[in-house]
Amino acid sequence: MGGQQRVYRQRIRSTQSLKKIFRAMELIAASRIGKARDRVAAAGPYSQAITRAISAVATHSKVEHPLTSERTDSDRIAVLVITADRGMAGAYSANVLRESERMKERLEGRGKTVVPYALGRRGVTYFKFRKRDIGGEWTGESDSPTVETAREIARELYSAFTAPAEEGGVAELRIVYTHFNSMVAQEPRVIRLLPLAVVEGVAEPGEDVEPLYEFEPGAEEVLDALLPRYIESRIHACMLQAAASELASRQRAMNTAVSNAEDIIRQYTRLANSARQAEITQEISEIVSGADALAAS
Amino acid sequence: MADALTVDIVAPDRTVWSGTASRVIAPSIEGEVGLLASHEPLLAILKAGTVRVTSESGKHEFPVTGGFVSFDHNTITIVADAVATDKD
Repeated sequence: MGGQQRVYRQRIRSTQSLKKIFRAMELIAASRIGKARDRVAAAGPYSQAITRAISAVATHSKVEHPLTSERTDSDRIAVLVITADRGMAGAYSANVLRESERMKERLEGRGKTVVPYALGRRGVTYFKFRKRDIGGEWTGESDSPTVETAREIARELYSAFTAPAEEGGVAELRIVYTHFNSMVAQEPRVIRLLPLAVVEGVAEPGEDVEPLYEFEPGAEEVLDALLPRYIESRIHACMLQAAASELASRQRAMNTAVSNAEDIIRQYTRLANSARQAEITQEISEIVSGADALAAS
Repeated sequence: MADALTVDIVAPDRTVWSGTASRVIAPSIEGEVGLLASHEPLLAILKAGTVRVTSESGKHEFPVTGGFVSFDHNTITIVADAVATDKD
């Protein structure tokens, strides 16, 4: 009987300490999310400037670039999957991975081969567990991505795109990431990065007469310099969006975990109380019946 | 002095400086270019060097490692790969 009570008390205590951990993680995520959103906003001007410059080059010169043309010699498609480094974020990583699996099936149905590139430890372990060949992996900074990592990823993917087909060159590059719509809504998204389609994004502000640019050294060289930077900034933007989404889903998941812990504590307190009552009642009845027996004799 | 220039210096992760200036000197890969108001539209690649901005509040210098500069309708956007932090 007393054992029963002790078991309940133990469960309550362990749930209470878990609850403290969940609460702490919720607060950490909440404090970081503001910073992550600021970073998304801070990266805006750079990518806008690049997009504007590229559309200027594209409208003022007819330059064919390997990055903008379709490749037909390879049926491999690189997919960069952006997930979290840690769990505790609800279905955040699972949603991204499910989206990437769905796309993989679709592409394989069309006779393509998918080469995954994983950013974030959850994605890496997912692919490794299933013994897939990973084109590249990056871990360690899923909730505060840096420009340097974006640059490294861009370089890696860029070289895969420009490599000849026999050496594992890929014909297309896609990114699966989580778009941050708002604090309560994030959705996994797929974008096609290469071959480039620069039409989307900010259009030139409406002017009838397009300015005639002077390119230094030449239009082709300028485009050569711009496109890798554009890819880099797109990847960086996706990473920042994903980081903000990760923190938002972690905050939400931890909030739910805290209220679940509270429910469990309440439930066990009730059980512990009734166990205590039952013990007291039994003791009283034992005493009373003992006294009765003594009085009768 | 003619119209002022609107200058934005942006790095991948932030806006480094923005404001108006009367003159901007940037290290293009074909040599330094000085930009004054009413310059013709320009899109130039930068090499490592120093971007110098002369504004009403004084002169500012930004060491950059590369990037490009675009000039259009008296608006200058300097897109830098990385900018050493301005100490002043």
